[in-house]
Amino acid sequence: MENEEREKLLERAMARHHHSGGALIEVLHTAQELYGYLSRPMLMTIARNLKLPPSKVLGVATFYHLFRFTPSKAHCAVACMGTACYVAGGAELMTTLREHCAPEEWTIETGRCMGSCGLAPIVICDGVALSRMSPVRLEACLKETNDGGNSESDTSR
Amino acid sequence: MTAETLNQTRHVERERQGRLADRILCCTVAGCLSAGAESVRSALQDEVSAQGRAADVEVCGTGCMGLCCRGPLVRSAAADVIYADAKPEDARALVRGDRSQFDGRVLGPDHPFYAGQRRLILANSGRADPERMADYIALGGYQSLLQAVAEMTPHEIIAEVKKSGLRGRGGAGYPAGLKWELVARHPAPMKYVVCNADEGDPGAFMNRSVLEGDPHRVLEGMAIAGHAVGAQRGYIYARGESPLAIARLKTALDQARREGLLGGRVFESNFQFQIDLRIGAGAYVCGEETALLASIEGKRAQPVPRPPYPPEHGLWGQPTLINNVETFANIPEIIEKGGDWFRSIGSKTSPGTKVFALAGRVVRTGLVEVPIGTSLRTILFDLGGGVPSGYEFKAAQTGGPAGGCIPAQYLDLPMDYDSLTAIGTMMGSGGLIVMDTSSCMVDVARFFMEFCMDESCGKCIPCRAGTVQMHDILARMTRGEGSEGDFAMLEELSGLLKETSLCGLGLAAPNPVLSTLRHFRSEYEAHVRERRCPTGRCRI
Repeated sequence: MENEEREKLLERAMARHHHSGGALIEVLHTAQELYGYLSRPMLMTIARNLKLPPSKVLGVATFYHLFRFTPSKAHCAVACMGTACYVAGGAELMTTLREHCAPEEWTIETGRCMGSCGLAPIVICDGVALSRMSPVRLEACLKETNDGGNSESDTSR
Repeated sequence: MTAETLNQTRHVERERQGRLADRILCCTVAGCLSAGAESVRSALQDEVSAQGRAADVEVCGTGCMGLCCRGPLVRSAAADVIYADAKPEDARALVRGDRSQFDGRVLGPDHPFYAGQRRLILANSGRADPERMADYIALGGYQSLLQAVAEMTPHEIIAEVKKSGLRGRGGAGYPAGLKWELVARHPAPMKYVVCNADEGDPGAFMNRSVLEGDPHRVLEGMAIAGHAVGAQRGYIYARGESPLAIARLKTALDQARREGLLGGRVFESNFQFQIDLRIGAGAYVCGEETALLASIEGKRAQPVPRPPYPPEHGLWGQPTLINNVETFANIPEIIEKGGDWFRSIGSKTSPGTKVFALAGRVVRTGLVEVPIGTSLRTILFDLGGGVPSGYEFKAAQTGGPAGGCIPAQYLDLPMDYDSLTAIGTMMGSGGLIVMDTSSCMVDVARFFMEFCMDESCGKCIPCRAGTVQMHDILARMTRGEGSEGDFAMLEELSGLLKETSLCGLGLAAPNPVLSTLRHFRSEYEAHVRERRCPTGRCRI
């Protein structure tokens, strides 16, 4: 998407809420959807437009887990750390992720329950849910992705 | 929409469905989608066209059918059975209604998982397409709103809710009718109704499944509440991590607005009610009502001291009714069938049903709905099939990071608000995680404390610093570096947090520790005195 178009969409989102400070979180969501992350200049722009002090905008943005402040990397893996996934060995999967994913290429995160507790433990790898994972199977899936394999194939079955 | 058009829509849709030879419903809720439900659905659609059955066999998505561990689940409406572990290759047989190759995969209503359930809130899940409002109307949807708006006074609605004995399903179990009355009595001209859909307990997916499977039911409940308390505006605060629930809610809101079931003149009466969706951005503390309201106002989700409570001073300073998804989902049926009918289900002090998310070390995992007061044994062993063979049941965790565990000696305890509180845990929103002999209780306590430490909003010191200290001690114990003095320190910190924290998060954070210390002290002692983990889970 062109930058101009994104700016227009963001402006439209702010206008929809009459540039009210109460819509800050909604606006941050829209900005992150459009740009992938929230940069400092972006936060300044939002602060100006909603007539809020930049400190407040930064304070709100950093309070919530879902907002990110750095561009996303080539790949993303989320290990679910809901209780069901944890008792089924989620922590071991996190260790596997840390060991086998190069930090320059991977964004590694922990999730808080994906609503798929029946298939625990779960890892979401580039948007694909890998269910009932074990460190060995996860390692194989990661290798495939790292080697440029087709990450779209559903390995959960 | 008027009463006439509502009934007409209902009639037309029922006729239409009645003319079909079969309606094949694929679960399209988070669990089954992770298991590949979307490919099953498209295979079914292709197969229907290939067999030239497009006129009399319909394939559609539906809400949670419960048995998530056997997903993707597919239901045949004509045969009234559910097929488990469906694969795209099964499409041909499913469309033909040929059951011969589904050995052991056909689940009827008499299957042990379903036989013990009573599905009220989940009644439409698995039977209706959540993206079609006509489906909801065909099953009797929006009749209660019509009845409430056209035939009942706000006073009568509240009387009915009070009579039902419905208690808030968010965890604390405050009587819903009393809360409604407080808001209704307030003379302020502007009032709000807020639906707490920010289900943050790790391992709980009840509300999310209700929103994904039957969003109109929640909207209807909220609109009835709006009429009862005199509010013109409602907000649903949904969890940002549930994109599907948000999408379904958006669809449902658009449909309801377009048909005039929400908006300026509900059912062409003078009652006006708007609902807006607010999307959370990941903060567990939003489960606390004042924090949730701050978040709707676009602020950091930090709680403020109560009183004043939201029914007096809530959103933007106005009286506000806050209930959670499941509470609102109960309302339409209470209005339709009456408070006395509702009271006849469940236990005396806690009427109705409760949805539990059954997960962890249990054979059949998924979503169950049972009358309140059903024993834990029935839920885990009859419905859930017990723990995997080779292991033994050890404890069940309820209430998430704010709750506690139920050890084996309490298996026959009725699952209701008061019995659970009496043994040091709580009903919570309905997460039920089973642990067997392979789970280390010290590690579980550490896990929950880590969660609370991360999620503490930082406003009050007992919670901000206390959770860090408690986590440090528990982490030390799991590394085999605990000392004898740690027990007293844990207990002292627990008392401090419980007495001095500002909100529920800090007040309840010590619960998992206290509860595991109470029931599994010997495990703690083994970690500290013998420097070993009895389950071998902790690396010492």
